[in-house]
Amino acid sequence: MEQVDKLVAQAVEEIREAAGLAELDQLRVRYLGKKGVLTAQLKELGRLPPEERPKAGQEVNAAKQRLSVLIEERQGELTRAEVARKLREERVDVSLPGRRPAVGGLHPVTQTIDRIESFFAGMGYAIAEGPEVEDDFHNFEALNIPEEHPARAMHDTFYFDAHRVLRTHTSPVQIRTMEQQKPPLRIIAPGRVYRCDSDLTHSPMFHQVEGLYVDSGVTFADLRGVLSSFLQSFFEREDLQTRFRPSYFPFTEPSAEVDIQCVHCGGAGCRVCKQTGWLEVMGCGMVHPNVFAHVGIDSERFTGFAFGLGVERMAMLRYGVNDLRLFFENDVRFIEQFARAG
Amino acid sequence: MEWLREWVSVEESAEAFGHRLTMAGLELDAIEAAAPAFSGVRIGSVLTVAPHPDADRLRVCQVDAGTGEALSIVCGAPNVFEGMRAPVACIGAVLPGDFRIKRSKLRGVESRGMLCSAVELGLAESSEGLMELPAEAPVGADFREWLGLDEAILEVDLTPNRADCLGMVGVAREAGVLLDQAVGGPVIEPVAATIDSAVEVRLTDADACPVYAARVIEGLDPDARTPLWIRERLRRCGLRPLHPVVDVTNYVMLELGQPMHAFAADAAGPVITVRFGEAGDRLRLLNGNEIEPGPTDLLIAGQGGPLALAGIMGGEPSAVGSSTTRIVLESAHFSPHALAGRARAYGLHTDASHRFERGVDPTLPLYAMERATAMILQIAGGAAGPVVHTGTIPAAHADAPIGLRRERIVRILGVALAPNEVERILTGLGCRVTTVEDGWQVRPLRARFDLLREEDLIEELARIHGYERLPQTLPHATAPVTSGAQDAIGVRKRELADLGFHEVISFSFIAADWAAAFYPEVQGLALANPISSELAVMRPGLWPGLVRTAAHNVARQRADLRLFEHGLRFVPDASGLRQESRLAGLLCGRAEPEHWQAARRPVDFFDAKGVVESLCARHAGTLRFVAAAHPALHDGQSAQVLLDGHGIGWVGALHPSLRERFDVPELFLFELDAAVLAEALVPTFKALSAFPSIRRDIALVVDEDVPAGEMLAAVAELGLPILQENRLFDVYRGKGLEENEKSIALGLILRAFDRTLGEGDVDSVTKAVVDQLSARFGAKPRY
Repeated sequence: MEQVDKLVAQAVEEIREAAGLAELDQLRVRYLGKKGVLTAQLKELGRLPPEERPKAGQEVNAAKQRLSVLIEERQGELTRAEVARKLREERVDVSLPGRRPAVGGLHPVTQTIDRIESFFAGMGYAIAEGPEVEDDFHNFEALNIPEEHPARAMHDTFYFDAHRVLRTHTSPVQIRTMEQQKPPLRIIAPGRVYRCDSDLTHSPMFHQVEGLYVDSGVTFADLRGVLSSFLQSFFEREDLQTRFRPSYFPFTEPSAEVDIQCVHCGGAGCRVCKQTGWLEVMGCGMVHPNVFAHVGIDSERFTGFAFGLGVERMAMLRYGVNDLRLFFENDVRFIEQFARAG
Repeated sequence: MEWLREWVSVEESAEAFGHRLTMAGLELDAIEAAAPAFSGVRIGSVLTVAPHPDADRLRVCQVDAGTGEALSIVCGAPNVFEGMRAPVACIGAVLPGDFRIKRSKLRGVESRGMLCSAVELGLAESSEGLMELPAEAPVGADFREWLGLDEAILEVDLTPNRADCLGMVGVAREAGVLLDQAVGGPVIEPVAATIDSAVEVRLTDADACPVYAARVIEGLDPDARTPLWIRERLRRCGLRPLHPVVDVTNYVMLELGQPMHAFAADAAGPVITVRFGEAGDRLRLLNGNEIEPGPTDLLIAGQGGPLALAGIMGGEPSAVGSSTTRIVLESAHFSPHALAGRARAYGLHTDASHRFERGVDPTLPLYAMERATAMILQIAGGAAGPVVHTGTIPAAHADAPIGLRRERIVRILGVALAPNEVERILTGLGCRVTTVEDGWQVRPLRARFDLLREEDLIEELARIHGYERLPQTLPHATAPVTSGAQDAIGVRKRELADLGFHEVISFSFIAADWAAAFYPEVQGLALANPISSELAVMRPGLWPGLVRTAAHNVARQRADLRLFEHGLRFVPDASGLRQESRLAGLLCGRAEPEHWQAARRPVDFFDAKGVVESLCARHAGTLRFVAAAHPALHDGQSAQVLLDGHGIGWVGALHPSLRERFDVPELFLFELDAAVLAEALVPTFKALSAFPSIRRDIALVVDEDVPAGEMLAAVAELGLPILQENRLFDVYRGKGLEENEKSIALGLILRAFDRTLGEGDVDSVTKAVVDQLSARFGAKPRY
């Protein structure tokens, strides 16, 4: 049986040395296979005297058992090493830049309009649109701004001929809506407007949002409530102070300008608010009976309020943009700053 | 403030009062001191004037400044004389510009202070010597205090409806009602005529000039000077003192709001006509401009021709000068519509035109005439003739009283106001108020052109009561039925942003040559008054703005661009003007962002087309791209986009000649009808098949000229129910094919709803497809 011991010692050595799963498999075949050396030893048993056979048989089987366990263990070791090697090979440099899809974005003016729209949409306002090349009637006449009215001079109008102008405000959309629909009416109308004026703080084209609410029983108190709550929502400040100051627009009576507490200094006075602590952000008022008369709405039955605001001004305040002209230069370095804004 | 206090007792600070005005609709623009900061200036009396021993132009004066001893002061002013009262800056005084007065020697003579001119004290822009003070000025008194120079000047921005506050009387009325105080003011009495001299006045247009008062004053003292207090009030209102007569007319305008004019009587002649311009009229205005008035210019004419542009500016030949002793005073009413736009037409904007354009109380001229006459006689002596009052005062806008209903106040403001508060406010604003059953009957002042109806009165109540004291409520809103289309275009825009596009907003007006280069077939709508030639024509499409924006960014090292814009295009046609909502985009540079592993492929036609396909994907219609020529696009890379056979836009490469002309790299453009894209589709559910699909790939060889799109369309026309999808996955040219051939590979995806498909199904579909393409395009299967 020295032969078996010798074989086992050799096999143990070879199993320990096996470098790969394939080699290990060859060893298994060589020692334990049907034609393997230990199997051959079992066949040799016949030559032994009968009394020695059981013992020798046990020894050979024990040797087979032992090698089988060793091979299994070694197989486990080698498999783990193989997996580890594979993982090592497949490792990437996680600090390399990711493959990022190009990201675009909406213009800050559009985002500001969207924000305004979503507030009023939640209050049941529909979005209305109108032409930008307007006629004199809708831009002025129907809004109670007759030919010689001094307010016309304030508008710096671009015109094409005696009857057509570029709309100077979004207010004509009020008229077009009231011509087509009957109260109750709730609309907001965002869009481009044009004034013949260009300098540091004026652009010949800019954006306004107009709002109109006509129903029986709409009051100035409602106007104040709606706009205060809008401004608080827009600037995300529940405690934002607003104030309503008497002003003049030919198409509203009473009329007001709406100021908010300066969002830059909180009302203490700074360069942005010209030390007043207040920023003028909107114009508004109760729809003038002459306007109702132009569109055939009975001002004894219905009352309404209208308001308008400059989108670029709101965007500048919200994002801290300090130069109006940036909005229309469309420098990608400017626009992409707003790409992921909400 | 000092002037206002003559009318109303204002106890509060200028800041508090300014805020009160702002909150009443008279917006405070600025608060300024009546004079720049200076200190240590007293009123001095010049005791003696002696020549300087070493300088011809200098004099050595002994000055009593109330310091207990005479000060020796060297002075270079030509107008110094013995007995003169003038401001003295004593040793230690600090003048504007941080100019400190120290003991000094001027050409060897010691000077203990400085006699000051108005310029040195920041009270004028030019002067011809020392500031002469009236003889009664108290010697030794602090000059600043004596002249009230620490008073505040309030500058108020008036809205165009508040012309009544263009005179101190109007502001005082506001102050009175806001502070709940009585309003005083000067008492104006008629000045009786002491001579018979008069001019005849002829009015030719009762609408443009309904009332004209004229009065001759003779024997004026040419040496008379305007008193310091008047000059000081004019200065604080931003007017320069000129001549006593002119100063008085200006003063009365600032006080009462009535613009006046004075003509040199000799230049005016005995007859004054108010008429519109006629052929041959010429007039040299006070500002030196020579004009030829036309038939819309209202003129004051003498016998020798026009004397003045009525209500705007006087003429130079009839101007009152230093030697004038006879004048004709004018106090008239010109209607706003007669003057509308006239001053602007001559590039003018004067204190008078500003007021007349906004409306002046037509009952004012006579009143103002008496006030001015009394002041002129007091300052410059002379004798006044009778007031020639021509024309009739037009009837008030609202001759009948305005009804004001209690119930209407609540309807508009959302709150009731106490009856005594209503009456206090309206009375304080000068209205005559009587109580009636449902409210009040109100007659406003003539000066309040803006108070015509009930709502105007309600605004006055709200304004004076205080907007901030009114309640705030939220109307209860009901949810309206909204259409999914409402924000469909917004969804498309966000989709473009997700595809890597940045939204831009470019001007709707562009340069005429850009419009012509991109859209030669459109006669663009041109502005009559463009701000520049770069912004002159309404854009017939959105590409010029995008290309311009691309050029701007490429010049700033941003070569990989994906931009889009949404807005109107303006296309004039036979029926008028089409203003159409469009969505347009531009791509240039790399197809994918730069990355260490990415393919470095430049964008091409199919990147642009893919975006268009994606934008149209949610539309129910059939989308097709047809090769067609567009003047702005590359002939070989340009397609018209058809949706259900209707052209909805274009996609293609910018034409190389435009690329060169506008100096931009190769770029791709698309523009689509946004209204069509906004036709939102509410998805309709289709059942899912429980059976597996089978894919069969086939390759077909066709002539190079056969458009692949038509092959796909031809397959679709077969309407094979189990052919779920047809994917064109390869185009091959080269080895194994003839020169003019290409191979198109199609992946046919088959699936049935009722069974698992077998070989027989696959073969029959494949055969149908191959037969159709062979018949239509001569396609040969390639194996």
